[in-house]
Amino acid sequence: MILARVVGNVVATKKDRRYENASVMLCQQINPAGDETATTVLALNAVDAGVGDMVLIVQEGWGASTAATGKAGAAIDSAIVGVVDRIDLLEDE
Amino acid sequence: MQLARVIGTVVASVKNESLEGRTLLVVQTLNKDLEPAGKPMVAVDSVGAGKGDLVFWCRGKEASFPFKREDTPTDCTIIAIVDSNAHVTQA
Repeated sequence: MILARVVGNVVATKKDRRYENASVMLCQQINPAGDETATTVLALNAVDAGVGDMVLIVQEGWGASTAATGKAGAAIDSAIVGVVDRIDLLEDE
Repeated sequence: MQLARVIGTVVASVKNESLEGRTLLVVQTLNKDLEPAGKPMVAVDSVGAGKGDLVFWCRGKEASFPFKREDTPTDCTIIAIVDSNAHVTQA
């Protein structure tokens, strides 16, 4: 799974039929310290995450399809599966 | 999945027979500000996208699911056409 911050969403009328009723969120990957990296990814929202949330994104198709649509086997490779409350890192020594 | 702009088409006369009739497009991945990020790739189209369209693609094994998954060799497929640039919103 990767850490990301939700920065927006995307609207597409013409899409694969398994995306009906799904919300596609625009997410910026972050490192554990919370700094944004250069990678922007899209993910289906399986947990009602909102803009500004730090989230967990699973990037494995079977899990992502199941989490986002309730059924495996869709053309979905990323889904938001958790909203992160906090991350505690070891202090630098 | 990532946002991308269709920047070209690919013609391949000799190809695996399961790619017969499929449209191959060159896509440039974009960042959240819709600026190019990374190298262009070739994607199989599943929604009727064309040159200039803002789209998003799916990678990996799942990319073959819009087709007969057993026999379409693709690891990058266009699965949606974004309505317009304004439909990528950042709060």
